[in-house]
Amino acid sequence: MATLLEVKDLKTSFYTFEGVVKAVDGITYEVDEGETLGLVGESGCGKSVSALSLMRLIPDPPGKITDGEILFEGEDILKIDMDDMRRIRGAKMSMVFQEPMTSLNPVLTVEKQLSETLQLHKGMSKDEARRESANLLDRVGIPDPERRVKQYPHQFSGGMRQRVMIAMALSCNPKLIIADEPTTALDVTIQAQILELMKGLTTEFGVALIIITHNLGVVARYADRMNIMYAGKIIERGGAKEIYSNPRHPYTVGLLKSVPRLDLPRRAKLDPIEGQPPDLVNLPPGCAFRARCRWAVDKCATETPPLMQVGEGHLTACWQADKLGPSTLDFLKDLTDIDAPTNGASGVSAASAKDNQASGE
Amino acid sequence: MTTMPSTIGQHNLSSRGEDILLEVNHLKMYFPVTSGLIFQRAVAQIKAVDDVSFFVRRGETLGLVGESGCGKTTTGRCILQLYKPTEGSIIFDGQELVGLPTRQMRAMRRQMQVIFQDPFSSLNPRMTAGNIVGEPLIVHGLVKSKAEYRDRVGELLQNVGLNPYMADRFPHEFSGGQRQRIGVARALSVDPKLIVCDEPVSALDVSIQAQVINLLEDLQERYNLTYLFIAHDLSVVRHISDRVAVMYLGRMVEIADRVEIYRNPLHPYTKALLSAVPIPDPVIDAQRERIILTGEVPSPLNPPSGCVFHPRCPVAIDDCSKVIPDMREVEPGHWAACIRAPGYGSY
Repeated sequence: MATLLEVKDLKTSFYTFEGVVKAVDGITYEVDEGETLGLVGESGCGKSVSALSLMRLIPDPPGKITDGEILFEGEDILKIDMDDMRRIRGAKMSMVFQEPMTSLNPVLTVEKQLSETLQLHKGMSKDEARRESANLLDRVGIPDPERRVKQYPHQFSGGMRQRVMIAMALSCNPKLIIADEPTTALDVTIQAQILELMKGLTTEFGVALIIITHNLGVVARYADRMNIMYAGKIIERGGAKEIYSNPRHPYTVGLLKSVPRLDLPRRAKLDPIEGQPPDLVNLPPGCAFRARCRWAVDKCATETPPLMQVGEGHLTACWQADKLGPSTLDFLKDLTDIDAPTNGASGVSAASAKDNQASGE
Repeated sequence: MTTMPSTIGQHNLSSRGEDILLEVNHLKMYFPVTSGLIFQRAVAQIKAVDDVSFFVRRGETLGLVGESGCGKTTTGRCILQLYKPTEGSIIFDGQELVGLPTRQMRAMRRQMQVIFQDPFSSLNPRMTAGNIVGEPLIVHGLVKSKAEYRDRVGELLQNVGLNPYMADRFPHEFSGGQRQRIGVARALSVDPKLIVCDEPVSALDVSIQAQVINLLEDLQERYNLTYLFIAHDLSVVRHISDRVAVMYLGRMVEIADRVEIYRNPLHPYTKALLSAVPIPDPVIDAQRERIILTGEVPSPLNPPSGCVFHPRCPVAIDDCSKVIPDMREVEPGHWAACIRAPGYGSY
């Protein structure tokens, strides 16, 4: 499939009183047409900033895209002027934000907000835009669209507002939708609805989708490829199935290990990643994850590992990648169900969990 | 005022000889919706909690799950008497809390503490971590001298994995996970019996969540604490709870042992909730059966008739819109409020 978006060595910094925050520090990836990409990381890892950089929505000052290229359909959108960028935004790439409450204008009807984009980008007349707005609401599964389109955002529930956001993002048949934590503010049962809807619509219309999330579980079912970010860098990328079954970066492994899982036996103790994410103003030399890493060696303190190929389309930034692999997750298969009726088994798994923890410290 | 409901002991607790720390019976919390500027008339009621009953054994963790607006936080606040319940009884360690005079209630609060969801807004930004943790010691007169106060604060910080020298720092100098630890230390300071944990990890990053959960489990073991663990993340709840209670739109729909409720959920809402939890493995997640509920949670201002879940329920029958199902023990230790549940009997 053709490449739609190519991000090359993108760097975005914020100039604050405490120093320069390298929120995005040289990331490179591409998105194919119609593909779904998962962008995963903790708060402060730069995942939202990298998305805002794609849209050139970084507040300047204090932020600035300092280096890199963003090729969208072959054109570097960092070089075009703001008028041209405005024509791309909304029309060819659009965004769904985390907070559907704050990203809609509370004093305008949904119809007004939807038709604004349609009139601007598609040159529709007022009446056409109105009819199309109701169609769009229908398409995202809002019942009684003719009536609902005349209402204000506060008359919609959280899930419904997110549907309106999706309708807005889809309105001009974009090539790419960036969804920044689209379901984080929603309840579990509504989350499932919204993700199914987004995946269904993007597949139907061949739209590429970037889902940004902190939850590895959310994207597992939907992503084709994954980028894992830590402290402003992509530390692992590859096909989704590959990343989940054969993680080669200690941080990815840590994320997979630290969450309790409903499909697996219950563990006596969780296996957290110890410590805190680093301060982006004073990043230590070497690998940023080193302080929390149980595989760290001396080299990690001095040399920053680049992204290196470890499999087909699978890259990881770790000097110790050889030591990790599918077998790192074997403990998941070996878990003893501490809820199982047989006695004695629980002692074993509790002990092994403690061993794991001890080795991490 | 409150009279003891006649159906008290509906769980047949005494006959089971169980050690119950907290018993909630037919709890109702209605909030009035008022209209008018000066003479505010109540024009409607929001039934935030409607006839909820459950118990918590000493030393166990009861997970209370449900979606936003289902009344789980309100239930927690009623137990702490931060709200005055409209009706019902709350018996803590043999003592009825509803209608207890303020002075006596203040003494009871020493035994029941709370950890809040948002570690960014629940700590006073102008107080040092040490004073946040130590304040309850002074309020309840638990320390005699300054030296004792300092020692105790240092000890508490150490117990939750912080350094005693951090006592002089202010909340903004801590990360989210560390702030939540401060909240835990403050709750522990008065040696409580019960801690109501209201979404204690949902504001934290995944890698930090596990740290705080492990801490809560260690402390429970060490101090024989009882937790009411309010959360919406079912995988976290399964990990930490001994028993799980599920709420929907102000009502309790199912209570059972952790193993039982995850292996054999009886209420269709519990089934849907469980199937909606994403699994971080694309291969396994794709094979799972998913129940995607249609529609949204109705407004508690105007709840549906009969079973409040029936408009979204995949297995609803006509009777579901007529009968309000009460909680019944359909299997030993497994309560469900659904007329379609096997073993529910006639209605």
